Amino acid sequence: MATASKIMGSSDFSVIEGRSAGFYALVAGLAAVIAAGLWATHAMETEGHHVTGMTNQIVWGIPHVFAIFLIVTASGALNVASLSSVMGQKIYAPFARLSALLAVALLLGGLAVITLDLGRPDRIVVALTHFNMKSVFAWNVFLYTGFLLLAALYLWTLMERRMNRITKPVATVLLLWRIVLTTGTGLIFGVLVAREAYDVAIMAPMFIAMSLSFGTAACLLLLMAVGGCTGRFLDDAVVHGLKRILAWFVTLVLYFVMVSHGVKLYAAGYQGVERFLLLEGGVITSMFWMGQIVAGSLAPLWLMLWPPTATSRPWIAAAAALVLLGGLAQIYVIVIGGLAFPLQIFPGKEVIESGFFDGVVSHYQPSLPELLLGLGGVAMALLIVVLGMKVLEFVPDFRSGS
Amino acid sequence: MTPRLNFLGLLPALILLCGIAAAEEGSALLPPIPPPAKGDECVEPTDVMRRDHMRFLQHQRDDTVHGGIRGAKHSLVGCIDCHAQTDAHGVAIAVNAKGQFCESCHSFAGVRMDCFGCHTAVPAPDQAGMTLLEWTTSPVLAVTKPASPRTD
Amino acid sequence: MADGSNALADKSRRRFLTRTGAAVALGLAAGVRFIDFPSARAESGPVSSSQRWGMLIDSSKCASDCSACVQACSDEHGISGHGRPQTDAQWIRKVTLRDKESGRETSLPLMCQHCEDPPCVDVCPTGASFRRADGVVLVDKHICIGCRYCMLACPYKARSFIHEDLADQKPWSPRGKGTVESCTLCVHRIDEGKGRIPACAEACEREGHGAIQFGDLNDPASSVAQALVQRESQELRADLRLNTGVRYQNL
Repeated sequence: MATASKIMGSSDFSVIEGRSAGFYALVAGLAAVIAAGLWATHAMETEGHHVTGMTNQIVWGIPHVFAIFLIVTASGALNVASLSSVMGQKIYAPFARLSALLAVALLLGGLAVITLDLGRPDRIVVALTHFNMKSVFAWNVFLYTGFLLLAALYLWTLMERRMNRITKPVATVLLLWRIVLTTGTGLIFGVLVAREAYDVAIMAPMFIAMSLSFGTAACLLLLMAVGGCTGRFLDDAVVHGLKRILAWFVTLVLYFVMVSHGVKLYAAGYQGVERFLLLEGGVITSMFWMGQIVAGSLAPLWLMLWPPTATSRPWIAAAAALVLLGGLAQIYVIVIGGLAFPLQIFPGKEVIESGFFDGVVSHYQPSLPELLLGLGGVAMALLIVVLGMKVLEFVPDFRSGS
Repeated sequence: MTPRLNFLGLLPALILLCGIAAAEEGSALLPPIPPPAKGDECVEPTDVMRRDHMRFLQHQRDDTVHGGIRGAKHSLVGCIDCHAQTDAHGVAIAVNAKGQFCESCHSFAGVRMDCFGCHTAVPAPDQAGMTLLEWTTSPVLAVTKPASPRTD
Repeated sequence: MADGSNALADKSRRRFLTRTGAAVALGLAAGVRFIDFPSARAESGPVSSSQRWGMLIDSSKCASDCSACVQACSDEHGISGHGRPQTDAQWIRKVTLRDKESGRETSLPLMCQHCEDPPCVDVCPTGASFRRADGVVLVDKHICIGCRYCMLACPYKARSFIHEDLADQKPWSPRGKGTVESCTLCVHRIDEGKGRIPACAEACEREGHGAIQFGDLNDPASSVAQALVQRESQELRADLRLNTGVRYQNL
């Protein structure tokens, strides 16, 4: 009995010590970035959004790129939890708690950014009391709230031994829930019939693939960082297992990207927007090819599959980091690229004069405040993880798997 | 033990002293007296307005925005028409300016107003005794509306 | 025990009577006051779906060098720019088109198309973006949180987000920082019920072009409805089947 609880119970986990200079420096650094983000919010609220690069043409900008990235990654960060608690892969069991903590933290960071970017963040209570049930955004409010509650419940079933027996059903509901959640996030764009770059149902499965990929990368990085910083032993089986899964997910995202662009290239009406995104879009095109495809997909695949680098932890970490950067680039291309391409209000006609930039590509010049707001959200997520590990027993002794 | 108790016993006295000091300044404990309004009486008794004006405004706002119901009596424009003061040159002062009708009471009560970010806080300029409805419908104005500055 | 509950019942009965009395007194006072009120005007509305307000724009009558409609809209609603065209609000704009095949040039005003099935209304999380029973699509700025999702959804780029503080708003057209706005079809004029037409249509008529006809699409006797019967018209982005309230001819 005592031995069993030693293996399965909470005694295998501990809080991080959190007294080193490095720890305080990390907390102070993250707090500083959050403070900068709050300053940016204040500027955007008092001065108005003209201090950002967002306009009436490029309606959403860097804050939305970061927010969507964080939310999508949050959903996928639970992969390790699902592998352990739903699919019964025991080697991941010690990391299920960290996986759920990371998911909650990333979601909170993303929600903070999207909320603070609102034109009227002071009216957040309106968003929680007035619902238009036909709006994908309104569904998402429920999906996000439910995700947080379920993730908290899941953590409880892990941490409270008497609750262990319902861990699997809770984890299963959570897995289904996050698939619906990411579907909802993808549909934010999928339902926009007005814009040629969006308006496709494939947005939903593509976002699910993105979440699986980015989330696995984020979780892998977190485990390696925690292992490195606390000097605990992280089993090779875990690192290589997650690496292999990540390689599959990166490939899956590439597949969806190819299908979505391929279908549009085939249809005459969409060739304009594809020409823009893939060839003539300037920054957008570079972001797509250099950021999303080369740096974010092909390079990490190479690093994770080529034997000399595939067995090296630093290179695996680099691959995971590249997947995350590529993910940011991909969401930038989706959000900004989709908005920059002009609406086709008059098919068959050419706009020769307009009082409101019809028929021309819009340019986006991100400003410092919006960048700080986005980074503030990332810092907030990381700070929640770091402080969470200090107050509750999230970190395994890293020997359970061996 | 004893000195500590003594100190605690002093606290109420201190608080009382502070209260008296504040009361003597006159502003903090007594509600401000709003500047006089036009006309004889409000659309509701004063005590009802003090308590419920926000509910009246909110109710009518929904009726107007969603139902297109205009000209009902609990209108924000109506409040402003009666309660806005004019300065020595006859120029209207905003009701949310310091010491004016809305601001004086709201800052006393510590309640933030969310009206005047969008709604104007002064009466319509050329009103000259007309109601807003009459003013917007008057045939003269349809042709000679005051042009607002335009920079684009 | 019994005594105690009796006393309680007594107390609540007393409170009930007091409250009823107060309510009756208040009701009487309110009633008397209401009747007394000399300036109590007849209320207009509520709007109903028996009407559907709309416009018919004849592009062949629209002069490419004229922007009287845009100016009139700006004057009516107090829309003045900050000299930053990318972020300044626009409710109506002039567009000149050239047919890619024939080279024929046309000019038209473009504003909110007041769809029957508006994408902006579907996506709005709070219900701030809504369609009035009489077909006018509006933003309830009291519950708009400034998320701008409606601006992504609109196929006509008809909406603007207010990027900075405004001053000197018109009493009939409240507008403010942090919320989204668009053409209101001059509802404040419609609601007067005196047949005043939107500022843009009025200006176009004054200029002698008469390219913008306004009226009730549901009223077969209205000039708009009759013109729509007589000649072919089209919706912008008809492929989306939004059933717009603004129609175009001779595009």
